[in-house]
Amino acid sequence: MSGGGWVRAYHLLPDFLGMLWAGAVMTVIVTAGGFVFAIVVGLLLAALRTGRSRLLHSLIYVYVEVFRAVPVLTQLFIIYFGLGAIGIRLNPIPSAVIGFGLNGGAYLTEVFRSGIESVNRGQTEAALSIGMTRTKALLYIVLPQAVRVVLPSIANFAIGLLKDTSLASAVAAPELSFNAHMLVDRTFLSTQIYLLVAVFYLAMSLPLSAVLHRLERGAARSRRA
Amino acid sequence: MSFSATAIPAATDADEPLVRIQSVHKHYGALHVLKGIDLDIRPGEKVSIIGPSGSGKTTLLRCVNYLERPTRGQIFINGELLGQKQGRRGFVELDDRSLARQRTGIGMVFQRFNLFPHLTVSQNVEIGPVKVLKVSRAEARERAIGLLGKVGLAEKRDAYPEMLSGGQQQRVAIARALAMQPTLMLFDEATSALDPELVGEVLNVMAQLAADGMTMMIVTHEMQFAEDVSDRVIFMDGGQIVEQGPPSRLFGAPEHPRTRGFLRAVLQKRTMP
Repeated sequence: MSGGGWVRAYHLLPDFLGMLWAGAVMTVIVTAGGFVFAIVVGLLLAALRTGRSRLLHSLIYVYVEVFRAVPVLTQLFIIYFGLGAIGIRLNPIPSAVIGFGLNGGAYLTEVFRSGIESVNRGQTEAALSIGMTRTKALLYIVLPQAVRVVLPSIANFAIGLLKDTSLASAVAAPELSFNAHMLVDRTFLSTQIYLLVAVFYLAMSLPLSAVLHRLERGAARSRRA
Repeated sequence: MSFSATAIPAATDADEPLVRIQSVHKHYGALHVLKGIDLDIRPGEKVSIIGPSGSGKTTLLRCVNYLERPTRGQIFINGELLGQKQGRRGFVELDDRSLARQRTGIGMVFQRFNLFPHLTVSQNVEIGPVKVLKVSRAEARERAIGLLGKVGLAEKRDAYPEMLSGGQQQRVAIARALAMQPTLMLFDEATSALDPELVGEVLNVMAQLAADGMTMMIVTHEMQFAEDVSDRVIFMDGGQIVEQGPPSRLFGAPEHPRTRGFLRAVLQKRTMP
């Protein structure tokens, strides 16, 4: 590592920061999009799994197992290149959101299912006994308690997702890691650039972590009160 | 004090039972828990069900709001078949919504209270009227405060269930059930999970409810209470009604040897702690 590299990096810093900032914005978009997508899929499928339809149970089981067993990178390739080959052309960013959403959805389906199962059966019975339908009992009584139980898992998932979005660079989504590769290709200042990238990821995940901790504490307080 | 205007059922046909249980059987796999129960309960009647554990009394009570589905037989509430309807080929299960509507008229109090821990005391009482009966929040709040006052817990309305004693939690659970203005209240060993010194406060609330004219089915181990408030006491054993009658006769002069044996055992336990 030559001292000249650091001097050059210093002069190029404004360019680096501009590129990396644009990438970080995309990273946030992919993370947020994938997170919301995954939460919706996970909640919906976990709720449907409490119903009585055998067919639905089987379909959800297959979905969860398939998407958990195949690496998310492979899934991204299939969505971006595979669907493209049969005429469904998606841009890199929507591809990534869908890929992370479906992959995370499979994971969160299991997380929410375990949360729902952790709520005492007596809660559902009490809800039914005051005239709630099964859907209302799930919505107003069981899910609020289940979500509090699984908040730590969701927090881990969110932070993991933020970092995993770097995989989207493989399908040319112009997020933080992709832009970093481009800068390295152009300048060969890999050490300097990747250190900057690490700082960017830290700057995103630490606040996220803090927000989630606060949520968890809030939930614990309202449970104990 | 009175719990609600609807606690006293309309004086319709005095012969029409509020609850009609017709040859109800319940199997859990090979286990035959209820072996043909027939029972009518008149509006306003208070019926206590006693018997050894495993006799099927809790299962019977849970059948009356369809938390358990009878394997055979029917239950009618106010003449309406519970949980099922006549299909083209025999009886079919009622849909979720219709079953829920039937349950709104039947309050249930559980052994383990089952209060909603993520809601305050007042919200526990309000949520049924708001989400099921579509009563306005303000009205539900008013109703909750009134009922909590009657069970002596108005000042706890903003507390969470976890902060309350077992006796207080059970009184909230009674208020929660009453907020739906039921015509029938089911009590499933409502005091069995309580510390002895907390039993009295719950029994007092139940006795007040009885005095207001509520129709009540009470599964209990509290023999003195059963004797004091019931119009009729039913002794169950082995999934069957062995003997029933007014409390004075059932406790004073039980006819069946199994009733005598059971009463001897529980009364002995009471005098020799």
